[in-house]
Amino acid sequence: MLDVTNLHAEVENTPILKGIDLHVKPGEVHAIMGPNGSGKSTLAGVLAGNDAYEVTEGSASFLGEDLLDLPPEERARLGLFLAFQYPVEIPGISNAYFLEAALNEIRKSHDLPELSHKDFMERLQSRMELVNIDPRFADRPVNEGFSGGEKKRNEILQLAVLEPKLCIMDETDSGLDIDALRIVAEGVNKLRADDRAFVLVTHYQRLLNYIEPDFVHVLFEGRIVKSGGKELAHELEAKGYDWIKTEVAASA
Amino acid sequence: MATVTERDPKQSYINDLERLTAKADMPDWLAKVRASGRAAFDARPWPHNKLEEWRFTDIRPITRNDFVTAVQDAGVEPDAAYLDAHRYGVDGWTELVFVDGFYAPGLSRQGNLPEGAVATGLAEAIAANHPAARKHLNQYAAGVESALVALNTAFLLDGALVHLPKNAVCEAPIHLLFLTTRGNERRAFHPRALVVLDESAEAILIETHVGAGGESFTNGVTEFVLGANSSMKRFMAVFEDEASHHLSTTRVQQLEDSRFKSHTMTAGGAIVRPELSVDLAGEGASCDLHGLYMTAGDDLVDHAIDITHTRPHCHSYIGYKGILDGESRAVYTGKVNVPPDSQQTDSNQLNQNLLLSRKATVTTKPQLEIYADDVKCTHGATIGQHPDKLVHYFRTRGIDEPTARGMLTYGFADDVVKELEVDEVRARMEDFVFNRYSPSAHRAK
Repeated sequence: MLDVTNLHAEVENTPILKGIDLHVKPGEVHAIMGPNGSGKSTLAGVLAGNDAYEVTEGSASFLGEDLLDLPPEERARLGLFLAFQYPVEIPGISNAYFLEAALNEIRKSHDLPELSHKDFMERLQSRMELVNIDPRFADRPVNEGFSGGEKKRNEILQLAVLEPKLCIMDETDSGLDIDALRIVAEGVNKLRADDRAFVLVTHYQRLLNYIEPDFVHVLFEGRIVKSGGKELAHELEAKGYDWIKTEVAASA
Repeated sequence: MATVTERDPKQSYINDLERLTAKADMPDWLAKVRASGRAAFDARPWPHNKLEEWRFTDIRPITRNDFVTAVQDAGVEPDAAYLDAHRYGVDGWTELVFVDGFYAPGLSRQGNLPEGAVATGLAEAIAANHPAARKHLNQYAAGVESALVALNTAFLLDGALVHLPKNAVCEAPIHLLFLTTRGNERRAFHPRALVVLDESAEAILIETHVGAGGESFTNGVTEFVLGANSSMKRFMAVFEDEASHHLSTTRVQQLEDSRFKSHTMTAGGAIVRPELSVDLAGEGASCDLHGLYMTAGDDLVDHAIDITHTRPHCHSYIGYKGILDGESRAVYTGKVNVPPDSQQTDSNQLNQNLLLSRKATVTTKPQLEIYADDVKCTHGATIGQHPDKLVHYFRTRGIDEPTARGMLTYGFADDVVKELEVDEVRARMEDFVFNRYSPSAHRAK
């Protein structure tokens, strides 16, 4: 589904990603962990098409398309979704209107008819129930005045409504109290499906107590330096990131 | 050696004044009102850039041409499509139509008005010696130091009178539709409206100014006299043609505990300047002034607002938003005066501008002049564009950039439009803003 090969990227002439290889198949959940500054958010941003980053080398394909060639909206229409670390506030545009517009743009690109307003509202309500979000969210402007936890939950709601094929979650768990974390994790677990993959970018191992990954990768200084199963997360939790730093230094 | 004789911009109006008003049959009191207007017009300077309040608004396109004052029934009768596009046609509403500033009873309709209430043509009311017209006409507008207001008063040919007696509550909106017709020359219009609410009366007034095209100059004056504990909700729409100039003055006199809620929306017009001057002349009075201006091309719009907290314990709010495109310019002045004895004044204002083009410019001047020491006053202004990260967020959800920008512009205007309480008016304005800025987007339901 997603094949990233030798991906290099820089921001303002500073190299951040220095050769990433990542292969994700439908139904899989990958966790990418790493210390601050290792390039986690850059990887998420590059895949979603943030033009603050410049790709200098390597490739990324998604469902057979050259991802790096596509503008962000076409990546989204293909089925790629980025849950932002810091979701923006959009004054004057309600959650319902925003999602209705987005969903219909995506449907249009697949030659599907637009949903009627009634059908959309039914879908929105059922997804709000699914991810345990207050129905009053529908009429509130997107993220405006939301708490940090509410913003993250709202990203999960968008995910539930838009039904992407690949969900990249950029530190969705950071800064969340345990209650909010549970809601986010439950949302993700309910949305796991055979034809949908997740890439969880996270700094903290705690998220993985609630979402069980198939693969764990450790990102350090712009490269994936270690990959393994879920037990790798526990090892990281026990030994800390310094263990990785020492290992990398030793092998250099 | 050639000599250049300075053309007097007032002269053509003076000629028209003498031609049109000299022979008119009128009551003595009106003759006095007109004469006072004429005297003030003679005494006051024609607006130019060296006057502080006109520093950023260059009206030379009006100054250097002769605009011939329109007379009744001189233009082409407005056709049904033109009328229907601007009338609301809702059962129960009173809709008065003014063609070139003159009341057109045949195109108008009386709706549900409370007992004793009057909504009619001003010339008719003057002819009938209506006490509210006689008592209030020009009483407060005279205090506005403006040659243009004086000129309007000097003409005072026709317009609207709305009067609600004590305790009368008019639930159905009253719509004053001022439309102009196309003529063979540059035309000037001087529409006048007087709105009087006696104690504890309530009304909703919609005032629409539209032009049929052609180069024209509208110089309107509307006076509100709001009695104790009365409530007026007023929506003014100025949707002029691109060659039309609209300079108008609204003067609001508020007695104790009265409420004035105003919405002013402007879109189109070469030079558009609706002045709004409020005197909070009674304790406990409050005004909430909302505005939305939408410019494009080489439009110039100037919202000049002036609020005086003459008495203590009054509240005022100004929230104006501007959306500028093309090479247009906007000027905003929000002047709030708080004299020494007006303690416990509560005043807030915010002017926010959205630039859709690099060539559009804004001059914004929120001003507070406070001489009392126990007050709560805030003011602020912003000028900006849609932040890139907001546009990017839309794109990551499948919405392309032009659609995202359109939706964001619509969202920017949303809180002003939402404040419109009359459903039919709000729906019409939502449509207008939506179609203007985000035609490619899906429609919010």
